[in-house]
Amino acid sequence: MAEFSLPANSKINSGGKQWKAEAGANKVKRFQVYRWNPDDGKNPQIDTYEVDLEECGPMVLDALIKIKNEIDPTLTFRRSCREGICGSCAMNIDGANTLACTMGIDEVKGDVKVYPLPHMPVVKDLVPDLTNFYAQYASIQPWMQTETPTPSDRERLQSRDDRAKIDGLYECILCACCSTSCPSYWWNGDRYLGPAVLLQAYRWVIDSRDENTGERLDDLEDPFKLYRCHTIMNCAKACPKGLNPAKAIGELKKMMVERKL
Amino acid sequence: MNMRTPLGQVRGLGSAKDGTHHWWMQRLTAIALVPLVVIFAIEVIALTGAGHAEVSATLGHPVVAGIAILLIITVFYHLRLGLQVVIEDYVHTGSTKITLLVLNMFGCVALGITCVLAVLKLAFGG
Repeated sequence: MAEFSLPANSKINSGGKQWKAEAGANKVKRFQVYRWNPDDGKNPQIDTYEVDLEECGPMVLDALIKIKNEIDPTLTFRRSCREGICGSCAMNIDGANTLACTMGIDEVKGDVKVYPLPHMPVVKDLVPDLTNFYAQYASIQPWMQTETPTPSDRERLQSRDDRAKIDGLYECILCACCSTSCPSYWWNGDRYLGPAVLLQAYRWVIDSRDENTGERLDDLEDPFKLYRCHTIMNCAKACPKGLNPAKAIGELKKMMVERKL
Repeated sequence: MNMRTPLGQVRGLGSAKDGTHHWWMQRLTAIALVPLVVIFAIEVIALTGAGHAEVSATLGHPVVAGIAILLIITVFYHLRLGLQVVIEDYVHTGSTKITLLVLNMFGCVALGITCVLAVLKLAFGG
């Protein structure tokens, strides 16, 4: 059966550590952060850090970096570009999946709750194991496939209209916010490709320069790979880049019908 | 211990090359159900308080009986498709899943045929 409650060793223990702000801090914000260490044998816990916002940058990632640098160096999370282009710092903040680097601390009322992406195995603290997600991405063969040799004197041409069809798709940074917000992906993530990978698959299906459109659709036509999408739309709500994976999946389903009729 | 590569696991048994017909039929039956349910509801409301003879006479009309049978077939086809999706979503144990899928198929066909026969019996003066 699908799992509706956490496994016993994933249940959150009470009694996480409290890290008080230094005396004299004027603008204190509390960050409740999910902590789990694979080495100590204990269940996860929520540690609370008080951060003085007058000494901190505006984004949630700024606070996490400040916590790691100045309060608790054991806090573990992924981050790289700090400007919403690498997708490393995807996590669940204030109950929704987003990028810590583009989420303003002032967007959260009350304490800032920070958890790893939902329903993924946790490596440590805020770091999820995305092995399956990346393998699913590899499985759709995300590169241009052609029989016609590359023209010797120029690039492969594409009309302006055809190029415009990739807008809203190429911007995807594969942060996994959408896929890990999708209940269907939670229940069937081993077989359902999920919104991010299906959006990427559509990006190659709709590319006018690619010559393997039919083969790509053949590979996607499956009750689980594609048709586990039940148009729940969490993906479009979660996407920190403002993309709409549900629409891309809808277009794929339309193409599946179009080639039958 | 699973030594298979992540890509090997994801590729699994490959694409079933199926699912589009299921999806398309679920949409078509949903669309068909809108007018069928509305017409049937109007018929039932019109028969409020009527006796057996009057109901038999109304359902004896080929158009009324036809609509009732169309509704029954569409409802049970749609039910079978929908329940199948629910079972596939939530039941992952191989034997339980297959048992439920078979029961769903048999149950919907059996109930549907029973309902059609009931309409026919009324229509032909049961």
